[in-house]
Amino acid sequence: MLYREAGQFKTTYGDDQAVFPIRQDRWGMAIILAIAYVALPWLATDYFITSIMIPFLIYALAAIGLNLLTGYCGQVSLGTGGFMAVGAYAAYNLAIRVPELNLIVIFILAGGAAAMVGVVFGVPSLRIKGFYLAVATLAAQFFLDWAFARIKWFTNYTPSGSVAAPPLDIFGFAINTPDRRYFLILAIVTVMALAAKNLVRGRVGRSWMAIRDMDIAAEIIGIRPLRAKLSAFAVSSFFAGVAGALWAFLHLGAWEPLAFDINRSFLLLFMVIIGGLGSILGCFLGAAFILMVPLALNQIPTALGMPLSTAMISHLEFMIFGAMIVFFLIAEPHGLARLWALAKEKLRLWPFPH
Amino acid sequence: MTASGRKIGGTLLKVDNISLSFGGVRALNDVSFDIKAHEIRAIIGPNGAGKSSMLNVINGFYHPQQGTITFKDIARTDIGPYDAASRGIARTFQNIALFRGMSTLDNIMTGRLLKMKRNLFWQALYFGPARREEMEHRAVVERIIDFLEIQSIRKVPVGRLPYGLQKRVELGRALAMEPDLLLLDEPMAGMNVEEKEDMCRFILDVNDEFGTTIALIEHDMGVVMDISDRVVVLDYGRKIADGTPDEVRGNQAVIDAYLGVSH
Repeated sequence: MLYREAGQFKTTYGDDQAVFPIRQDRWGMAIILAIAYVALPWLATDYFITSIMIPFLIYALAAIGLNLLTGYCGQVSLGTGGFMAVGAYAAYNLAIRVPELNLIVIFILAGGAAAMVGVVFGVPSLRIKGFYLAVATLAAQFFLDWAFARIKWFTNYTPSGSVAAPPLDIFGFAINTPDRRYFLILAIVTVMALAAKNLVRGRVGRSWMAIRDMDIAAEIIGIRPLRAKLSAFAVSSFFAGVAGALWAFLHLGAWEPLAFDINRSFLLLFMVIIGGLGSILGCFLGAAFILMVPLALNQIPTALGMPLSTAMISHLEFMIFGAMIVFFLIAEPHGLARLWALAKEKLRLWPFPH
Repeated sequence: MTASGRKIGGTLLKVDNISLSFGGVRALNDVSFDIKAHEIRAIIGPNGAGKSSMLNVINGFYHPQQGTITFKDIARTDIGPYDAASRGIARTFQNIALFRGMSTLDNIMTGRLLKMKRNLFWQALYFGPARREEMEHRAVVERIIDFLEIQSIRKVPVGRLPYGLQKRVELGRALAMEPDLLLLDEPMAGMNVEEKEDMCRFILDVNDEFGTTIALIEHDMGVVMDISDRVVVLDYGRKIADGTPDEVRGNQAVIDAYLGVSH
């Protein structure tokens, strides 16, 4: 009964096209942001911040990148991990070779580097679709894995191939505690998620969706497939690149190429499918879900007094992911985000559905 | 029925000696005709006569082996769909080609894409010029929604709409491009009488109010004879007749093509 839009009149097209046209949603969002920015850093333990919130936010950011490409533009990609690696190594090389660069500038340039690589590997999408494109992006993943493991220049000739982020600071403000890292990531993710939302509700997003839904009709109304697809690859890889740089610098601290292998790509694809193809909210839901399942498997049986072995948990994890993906692909291709939208739709009428 | 207020102008599009074949199949064989500004021009013919191929040639989707197409006094032999769209040719399809995952509003908004200029960075900010541009085009699209009387389905994903409404949304998307030449491929196929009447009314209104030149393919002869100014008849890829509805109706070749001749 609280979730009603009655009495909220939209008098301009701007109101109608707002991200959250309903007042209750705006309040909900404000509360979530207040929790994320104020309550969590104040109340949560360092463990919660570093092992749950930080990976959650970075995964969500990378998932947004993949979703722009796969969910909005319809181009399946298995190379997200590779594009994250480009961001991570670009950031690393910029940080050690041009130490005077501001950290934010480094992240933006890292995203830019990933975007360029993404465009190069997006070129085959002009000719091939669906399944075959997925294989082509898989090639990108393996090539990038190989490049960062074998071309020593990228890792600055460290003998082990593993590299570490330099000490980080922004405008002389050291990013050295979990809270500070969390704030930086949260700010970046907030800004970029909003930017993604703006893109998909405007001209660019519509041209992507048109290509996804029917490329022939899109061409006939004057969308150039080349431009639309490559811009999707560029923006998607930019997001993945920034996420990769954040993952390397602020989550791992020290890493090797394996940190961005094919499994990362698969995990992100699972998030996007479970969360919801073609939804920004879905990226957050998917990322949360994928992170929660192992935790829940760990905590719940212990709480019930029958702890599971670690091997058992990791097997169960695979089985649950597999089952969930099959379930969502069959029953609800638009994922958790769609379920959430349906729940809201029901809630609008509740308790008088007729 | 020639609408009262409008004036038929000079030649807008001229098709000269177009031949198109796929392998051994000659879809179009030396076809020539013209379309004058502001008129409603029907292309008719039995199944497989090459009508849809003709539209595909006009809007750059097929590339004819022979012949030229002159649009707005510029002749060209080879053109892509993008060029055709940006020079003012819009079309609808025989089998509906809407973007099924998007709402009615978004579908019609895609028709404005060519007219929207702000780049990616402004789009990401959704602020100032980008926002203003979006609102301006939204206002244009709302006028089209009013015109086609589809206000109530503005936010509905088009995949969920019934057939007749989908056809109407597709017409809306083409109108949003503000075309000089509108190609309609069987706009009334599979409709009941009322839906056909609505669609006829929209076509005549578009022609009358916006002065849009219309070329349509249609199988319903009643409709064709009623609303079109001139008719071109194709059969087996050749033009067999061209003229006003009355001339075409009395033409022996046309009667033979439709009813068959005894040998």
